[in-house]
Amino acid sequence: MSICVSDLSFSYGDARVLKDVNFSVGEGELMSVVGPNGVGKSTLFYCLLGIFDNYKGKISIKDIDIKNLGVQEMAKLIAYVPQSHFPSFNFSVFDMVLLGTSVQISSVSTPGKKQIQLAESAMDRLGISHLRERGYTKISGGERQLALIARALVQQTNVLILDEPTANLDFGNQIRVLEQIRSLTKEGYTIIQSTHNPEQAFMYSDRVLAMHRGRILADGSPSEIVTEELVHKLYGVDVKIKSLYRDKVRVCVPENLIKEEIQYTSFNIKSNYQEEVSA
Amino acid sequence: MQTSETGTISSNKNRVKPRRRIPYPVIIISLSIILVAVIMLSVFLGRFPITPIELLSILFSKIFPIDQFWTDQMEKILFNVRLPRIVLACLVGCCLSAAGATYQGIFQNPMAAPDILGATSGAAFGAALAILNRGNSTAITISAFVFSLLSVLLVYFVSQRARGNKLLGLILCGIIISSLFSASTSYLKLVADPSDQLPAITYWLMGSLSGTTWDTVSMAIIPMALGLVVLYLLRWRINVLTLGDQEARTMGINATQLRLIMIVSATLVTAASVSVSGMIGWVGLVIPHLARMLVGNNYKYLMPATMLFGAIFLLIVDNISRNLLQTEIPIGILTAFIGAPFFVYLITKRSEVY
Repeated sequence: MSICVSDLSFSYGDARVLKDVNFSVGEGELMSVVGPNGVGKSTLFYCLLGIFDNYKGKISIKDIDIKNLGVQEMAKLIAYVPQSHFPSFNFSVFDMVLLGTSVQISSVSTPGKKQIQLAESAMDRLGISHLRERGYTKISGGERQLALIARALVQQTNVLILDEPTANLDFGNQIRVLEQIRSLTKEGYTIIQSTHNPEQAFMYSDRVLAMHRGRILADGSPSEIVTEELVHKLYGVDVKIKSLYRDKVRVCVPENLIKEEIQYTSFNIKSNYQEEVSA
Repeated sequence: MQTSETGTISSNKNRVKPRRRIPYPVIIISLSIILVAVIMLSVFLGRFPITPIELLSILFSKIFPIDQFWTDQMEKILFNVRLPRIVLACLVGCCLSAAGATYQGIFQNPMAAPDILGATSGAAFGAALAILNRGNSTAITISAFVFSLLSVLLVYFVSQRARGNKLLGLILCGIIISSLFSASTSYLKLVADPSDQLPAITYWLMGSLSGTTWDTVSMAIIPMALGLVVLYLLRWRINVLTLGDQEARTMGINATQLRLIMIVSATLVTAASVSVSGMIGWVGLVIPHLARMLVGNNYKYLMPATMLFGAIFLLIVDNISRNLLQTEIPIGILTAFIGAPFFVYLITKRSEVY
């Protein structure tokens, strides 16, 4: 198992944010965490990353208990890809990617040839080499997201955590970023990502973890989780889910929108039938 | 219909073509040459003009026997008045700019300056207190230095008790403690003897490098060198801090610890500078931004460029301060007169490297 979480609980003061969370993620698995805002997804991630270490329970990554690991050891086990952001100071994309090598070099040195090569190959891998000298804040949100993924790859860990990688991206960029994430798992990376979109969770994951009020509501394959019942439980909205292309894709549609449509369709079928009969 | 040729992620339409970038080594070498040239020029300028030939002869006479054709007074002015002042101007400019650049990075705040944590107001209070107690110039310097460190220490410990965002707490405490010390300085001015103490305090507050001796330089150079070396060596790490603590942590950097080291070093150089030069504003804010325009925000390049720029800038301003009028103009006034319009130019023009 790449990541193993058992009986994890976390509280901010009196407020319990995570309660008895248990799950494990296998090598090369792509897991999506779904659930409404404020449900504890970020808290879970911060626990996994070692940013919050006053949790109860046990987290192990690559069979190492992370409870008492130092900042550097942590960064060698697991890398984090934040949402594409605007830092206070603009760096070139290459400099931004290169920052991922911080953990490999001593504090008084600057990146050498080896680190530069790592950064270059990570940018090649994600197809952003042409952006090398562009300003990080001057490129599109999708490009920024890919640069942050490249930065995480440079960190040379096997486990990646992505915080809503498609948030604030336009449609095309969402798909391009997700395709890249998908192909990374094929190279052996274990990836946990959070998403708000059940359709994307269905299309781009091996496993889905549904979280509700700090607990795990359901954990299973996308086809088990992305159902009308569960989406209703999670987000409190009524949806119809339609399976397409031999269940490769599932579409979530708000029920209100298609209420009449359902009646209309059934009426049509009925009338056709009657016509056939009368004919 | 127009589609992207490569199918890769397309960029914003408002793509501005980046300015052609001058290679970093060229910038550093030119800045070094300019610094040397300005130092030479500063030696010649002054009430007692020294010609280049005289300068070279005096310098070489220390190594080779040259018949003395210059006056002893000239040699004394060169070695005991002009050179220490030039060295100190370079050091103070370098320190204030490096501290400004550092604070901007570690507080993720482009408007940060060396006085953000109260180092300057603390020093002002310390100096005023020493003048009020009729201390000599050494006492004034030491008192300013001690109070400068004390005020930053106070800011740091008060901010540790602040709830919520620690970074914001630190900046707010800086404002609070600064204003407390400023008020205390005002009170000291009120009770000071208006015939001699008050003008002395006022003059100190305006900042000046006049009366610099080798003693002044040797007092300031140890904390300055200590701080500058740390800031220079750890410069690349500041980049990670500009992304925020949590992100830095996930990249294997202990942000809290690194920030503390940077604060201590930047405070040390700021305190040493203001305690020997008085309040010199604007340098720590404007010079880092000037350097950012040239070499970008990567601290690997930004820090050396900022240090050189700061030294050149303050040396030039000090030359104006002592040569423009018959009486010396306090350098703090000049840096504000030059810094403010220059900053307006920077924020309106704003051509970035990337």
